[in-house]
This record gives sequence, structure tokens and C-alpha cells, in this order.
Amino acid sequence: MSAQDPYRERVMDHYKNPRNYGAMQKADAVAKEENLSCGDEVTFYLRANDDGTLRVQFTSASCAICRASASMLSELADGKMISEIAKLERSDVLCPFEGSLDRAREGCALLPLVALKSALSEFRKAD
Amino acid sequence: MVRLDPHIVRRDFPIFERRIGDKPLIYLDSAATSQKPLQVLSAVHDFYSNHNANVLRSMNTLSSEATELYEESRRKIASFIGAREDETVFTRGTTDSLNVLANSLAEKHLAKGDRVVTSILEHHSNLMPWRREVRARGGELVVVRADKDWRADIARIGEELEKGAKIVAIVHVSNVLGTTNDIKEIARKAHRHGALVVVDSAQGVPHLPVDVKELDADFLAFSGHKALGPTGIGVLYGKRELLHSLPPWQLGGGMVRSVTLDDEVIEDPPYKYEAGTPHICGVIGLAAAVDYLGSIGMDSVRKHEEDLVRYALDLFQGGDVEVYGPRDTERVCGIVSFNLRGVHPHDLSHFLDRDGIMIRAGHHCAQPLVNSLGVMAVARASFYVYNSTEDLDALRSSLGRAREALS
Repeated sequence: MSAQDPYRERVMDHYKNPRNYGAMQKADAVAKEENLSCGDEVTFYLRANDDGTLRVQFTSASCAICRASASMLSELADGKMISEIAKLERSDVLCPFEGSLDRAREGCALLPLVALKSALSEFRKAD
Repeated sequence: MVRLDPHIVRRDFPIFERRIGDKPLIYLDSAATSQKPLQVLSAVHDFYSNHNANVLRSMNTLSSEATELYEESRRKIASFIGAREDETVFTRGTTDSLNVLANSLAEKHLAKGDRVVTSILEHHSNLMPWRREVRARGGELVVVRADKDWRADIARIGEELEKGAKIVAIVHVSNVLGTTNDIKEIARKAHRHGALVVVDSAQGVPHLPVDVKELDADFLAFSGHKALGPTGIGVLYGKRELLHSLPPWQLGGGMVRSVTLDDEVIEDPPYKYEAGTPHICGVIGLAAAVDYLGSIGMDSVRKHEEDLVRYALDLFQGGDVEVYGPRDTERVCGIVSFNLRGVHPHDLSHFLDRDGIMIRAGHHCAQPLVNSLGVMAVARASFYVYNSTEDLDALRSSLGRAREALS
């Protein structure tokens, strides 16, 4: 495996065993994002916990990079306050790939962040 | 017809000496761009090393040599597709040819309410320029579906022509499925109704024997880089009287005979459409490429690719590979699109790359067609003169490894 190969152990683990995966019943907010050029689809679900933090889940029909990225992002977001989730950015998502993604594949990894942020604004609207 | 031996052909392509990691290069992406033989590289090198000057302008030894090489190249390229030299215009490529032509034809031939017919098999570059033109002029773009053999539905094209469609813009060979349209029949129908036929032959001319007079196309576009030539050079063939009748699309040096402060006298075709200093070394490189293809023989190229497609379809039969398009190899031109079940084609492309195998994955700039297959993206293996059945064996076993790793 070369330094440019994004399919490293941690990524493959999240692809094959995605965390926080599955459609959420009674979600407070849902947002789906698609990458029309390659067909990746990611949906993020949010529900308020009693302590003011958010429960975060996702589903995806996508390539391995997109799904693994969504899984790792869901770990960063789940159980956090809205303000903490709102601070998540590009670099948080790309960090685990350690520079192995070329420009085209960066889009696959970043799609979950777009979906999470859309779900968050849905949540704020409903709140 | 002499049988093409890809093992001998490969010796002419220096790129096959390189390795991808520790693996030999297996190039199955010629529909995106072809590799280049030494003959093409040498022609370009020789031009810049020994004859470099501008063409059709200065009166000195170098310019005269450059002009002679340039025009000799035009003769070769025109003859390769059965055209006259004054019907062979150099452009930047197929996309450039189709864009400038759509604009120019629309200006002359399309009025409010007029229709242009195209098909779902088109590359975006033979769809979007026409859509823009008909929208701007209050016309209509009719996109016909594919028939059961994944060729443009000729009966539907016929119906539209009977209703008075003015232009048929049609792909010669699909860049996703490799299926070949019956251009001769489409042109016959179109001409019976006084319509014009524009052919996108980006995947046709490099892979099939093409004679524009036999096809009776009014216009036909192709790119040099998909036919062993350099990037940035393309051809727009147009029937002589049509090229004379259309307005020039760019103005400036090279396309004009004389200019006064009040007026100008425009050159005849092909110069009328070649404003500015042309891509001289591109033209010379493309001539070397068509010489090379000619020495192999386009019938042999076609037969070789047909054999490879048949071999690939046999290899992929059953199991975990879903192949798109027809199984009738006589109508398929050097392209096989497929998906490995349960694996996204982008992941697949990455995993094949680990084994030194280059394919393309995505919608291949033909999104409506790929979506009509019921998917968002497909993997595409495309073949040329340097590919062998060993390349396909390697692809098959790499697919197996990708499946293990990814599912």
C-alpha cells in the first residue's frame, strides 16, 4: 500500500463496520446529501438527548471512502452539544485520511460533513 | 486483413516500459485517451528540433518546411477519413468542434420553433451545446431513447424528421457502451427530409474504418488524442458547400485574405475556420498517428477490439460482474462497462490501480445514459491496439482480489 492509498486499516474498519449506522426512528432532524457525479448518498439523523446533547446516526449508499468518513464523523459528533457539532470542519473530516485523498476523492470524504451540517440546520429550524 | 499482434505493437509505446509501484502498467482507459507510439513522439520532437516556425505566413526556409509538413499532414488526415483537404478543419478536439459547429449551424439554420434531434447515448458535449442553441432560439431539443440493442432509436429519429426536424446530432460510437449507430441510415433519412447530420465520432474514427463520403455525414468531429495522437488537436469534417456557407467562428490572423479599415475578405475553408496560429505540432503528430493506424489497417484494429470485447464478455459471464449494454460483439467497439456487485466503481478503480490496472469509473460525461442503466456510475474498461487478452486476464483476477478486500 502506498502513502497515496486511502484504503488504510482504520478506513476499511469503518467501511466494513460503520459506527452509528442505521435509520433513526423519531429523529428530530434528517438531511440527505447526494454527489450527483458519482452517486454517493449520505443521510444524517439527529435526535436531542435529555441532557442537551445530540444522538447522531447515519445511513449511506456510497463508496467506501464516503461511508468510512461518515462513520468517523458520526463518532466525532455523537453525544456532543450543538455548538460542538457546529464547529466540526473540513480538516476534522480529512485528518484520518492523512493526505491520501486526491481532489476527486476528497469530495467523497466531505459529503458526510455537508449532510451533517444540513441536518444540524434542520434541527435548529425545528427547535 | 493482417491479424494485429498487440505484443509487437506494444514495443512502439514507451509508456509500457514503466511500472505502477512494482506492477507492469495495464492500460484499459483508451476511451479517455490513448497512449502514444514512438512514431508520434518522434514526429513532434523532429518538428520542434528541426523545422519549428509558424505556418502559412513567413517566407523563409523554416516556415516553408513547417507549412509543407502542416499541409502534408492535412492531406494524410483528410485521406484517413475519406475527406478532401478543404473539408478538413483543425480544432482543439471533438468538444471544440461540436461547440463551434452548434453555434455556427444554429445561427444559419435554426429559427424559432425548429427542432434538433439527438439521443440518450450522447456524450455531454453533443447534448449541451445543442440544448443551449435551441433554448436561445426558442426551438426544441428532442432526445430519442435507445432501442433494444442500445443504439439510437432510428424509427423515432425518422418520426422527428418527418415532423420537420432540422438537424440530427448523433454519436457514432457510444463512449459508455461501445455500441455503434448506423450513421449511413440516419443520414439517408435525414437527407430525404432536407435535414443535416452532425456526427460525434470521438470513439469512431480511432477504432473503425471511417469514410465520411460513404457515411454521407454532413459534419463529423473527432479528437487526435483518442487516436494515438497528441492532446489539443481535433478535426471537424464538413461538406465543402456547407463549410463555404457558414460564418467563420473566430476572426483574426490566418483566416482572412485582406483587411482594410472598413472591410475584410475572408479565406476559403479550411483556413476560414482556423484563426490564429494553429496547433502545428499537434497536426503533425496526428498525421504520424493516422499513418501508424493506417499501417496496421483499420479493419485489423476493429477485428482486434472485437476479439477483446468477446474475450472480456466471456470472462465476465456469470458470477459477480454485471455488464451493461449488448452482448452482440459485432456492434460493440472496444468498450465494456460493468459493475462489480456490492462495490462502488470508484473503490474498484482504486483497487485495480494497486495492481497497475488503469480503468475509468463514473458517469463518463454521459450522465443521462448511465442513469438510464439504473445506476449512478459504472466501471469502464476500454481497449486499443496495444491491449492483449493477458491484460483482461489480469483485470479478471484483480477484480476477484478487489471483491475480497471490499466486501
